[in-house]
Amino acid sequence: MTTTRTSETSTATDGLVGTAGNRFADAVASRRRAPGGTARGAAGRLARLVLNLRRHPGTVLAVVWLVLVLVATLAPGLFTGQDPIDGVPADKLTGPSAAHWFGTDQLGRDLFARVVYGSALTLQAALIAVGIGLLVGSLLGLLAGFIGRWVDDVIMRISDVLLSIPALLLSLALITVLGFGTVNVAIAVGLGSVAAVSRIMRSEVIRVRNAVYVEAALASGNRWSRVLFRHVLPNSAGPVMVLAALEFGTAILAISALSFLGYGAQPPAPEWGSLVSTGRNFLTTAWWLTTLPGIVIALTVLAANALSRALDSDERRSR
Amino acid sequence: MTRYIIRRLAQAIGVLWAAYTVSFLVLYALPGDPARLIAGPDATDITPAQLDALRAEFGLDKPLIVQYFDRLVALVRGDLGQSIPTGRPVTELIGEALPSTIQIAALGLLLAIVFGTGLAILATFSRNAALGRLLLALPPLGVAVPGFWFALLLIQWFSFGIPLFPAVGNVGFAAAVLPAITLALPTGATIAQLLSKSLANTLREPYIDTVWAKGAGPARVHFRHALRNAALPALTVTGLIVGQLLSGTVVAETVFSRPGLGRVTATAVAQQDIPLVQGIVLFAAAVFVLTNLLVDLIYPILDPRIVIGRRRVARVQTGVPA
Repeated sequence: MTTTRTSETSTATDGLVGTAGNRFADAVASRRRAPGGTARGAAGRLARLVLNLRRHPGTVLAVVWLVLVLVATLAPGLFTGQDPIDGVPADKLTGPSAAHWFGTDQLGRDLFARVVYGSALTLQAALIAVGIGLLVGSLLGLLAGFIGRWVDDVIMRISDVLLSIPALLLSLALITVLGFGTVNVAIAVGLGSVAAVSRIMRSEVIRVRNAVYVEAALASGNRWSRVLFRHVLPNSAGPVMVLAALEFGTAILAISALSFLGYGAQPPAPEWGSLVSTGRNFLTTAWWLTTLPGIVIALTVLAANALSRALDSDERRSR
Repeated sequence: MTRYIIRRLAQAIGVLWAAYTVSFLVLYALPGDPARLIAGPDATDITPAQLDALRAEFGLDKPLIVQYFDRLVALVRGDLGQSIPTGRPVTELIGEALPSTIQIAALGLLLAIVFGTGLAILATFSRNAALGRLLLALPPLGVAVPGFWFALLLIQWFSFGIPLFPAVGNVGFAAAVLPAITLALPTGATIAQLLSKSLANTLREPYIDTVWAKGAGPARVHFRHALRNAALPALTVTGLIVGQLLSGTVVAETVFSRPGLGRVTATAVAQQDIPLVQGIVLFAAAVFVLTNLLVDLIYPILDPRIVIGRRRVARVQTGVPA
């Protein structure tokens, strides 16, 4: 299988030499060095991220866009006064104008309102998907990395198999069993990403597990569950967060694609993918019905990916 | 060498067996009633006796473990079972759909490699920093664009706007162009991202300084010395790229109303045709495993430092400079 194993062994030999006193000093130092290990570290990291934002206008734009989309999910009324479900049939299929920013569809419904209201369905589904992927994946990765031995072998072999099936096909297989609907699509997409998350989490846990501060925590008589959740988890979460931002973009793409194929939201509920799908019947007469919702999807995915890259470079710098 | 190939083939069979097991667990053993799925969502007035008859027909009345081994034995014989709505063998359905899908997937892969590699080289090759940055901004865009939307835009522009290519169908080469471009966009963007990153890393290696010092021109440095080394990390993801192409066909073939494996998949899911879905999943896993095997056999040709049969870890250390 194509698995790259790079950073797993790098810290294994740290601090295995020296007297007890030296090792304690090492432990303190390595805890200071550890990314986001303490409350102060986390605050410092946030401050650094904000400072870095000023030098990266692209990241600022991405964050602003994501916040706007998030607000649209929670309070769509702030963006538009139009109704997404009831249209004015007389105004059907009019192009973008001052009254209808994105034009109107075949039933005279305002497309901008439908996109704004549709963000709720799409984003909820994406958040459910990322949540499931993150929760199940990190838990499996945590167990595999921390316990090791046969648990590690079993979990990683299963994830090898899951990674050998394209994510979209895996989600489609799950939808076959779970049935249609937005939530089922979200669950299927989320479970499709479990393998990737568990892999990253595992390699991070292995990196952290051998760190001296974990040894110190165990030696001072902490229970392993406390060590796992107090020390190992926070210090291995960074790359997983980077992946989460990336998975968020991927989930939006997958969910809108599955809705486009007709497995997700059912009409008249507005959903980004199904909006594009309806526009498909009016390609020649009403270009805006496909083009504009698609641009919104692409921008959101682009923003999520940009955020992921920013988090990633910050993560690397803090190493 | 032969022993290595035999060992890898054994591993591949192991992965396929595991993929079968996972898909069996998901499709047959999850709480839910496959018989009801077979009857379809419209069959609300179906009698228990009819459901039992369906179960008997598809062997669902046997204990799960017996079903598992029955299907496994059939699989070893190359029998993937029958599609539920049509009653035809799954292998036949996949075999019929494959040629048309291979057409667009191969063309898509070609376009992706040519444009992905071209973009990566142009971006690192160009002395104009602004042009390089502009070019490097393109791949993230390509990864973020929804495939189904891009396909519709292509139809809008090149079928209805300027009528260059047909919007639907699978007759002739012209009909394959737009679906292939749809498939090539995310794939090419992935290749460009990986290759430009690894090319930039390779160009910082000391041996490149040596090549410059020898008096080689930029073209020789890039094509003869850097590209070959930089291609190695990009080659590792070939399996993923082929998987990406395969799953891309679901959307591409639906949008362009083209018969093929993607369309078969889409209908199988819509009709909850469990044996067919399982067959397609196993087929995808087999393609992934075989692609990786091929890549591993090609590796030593590109990089003589790699001796086949040695552990992979060695390659990661030599192939990817940190």
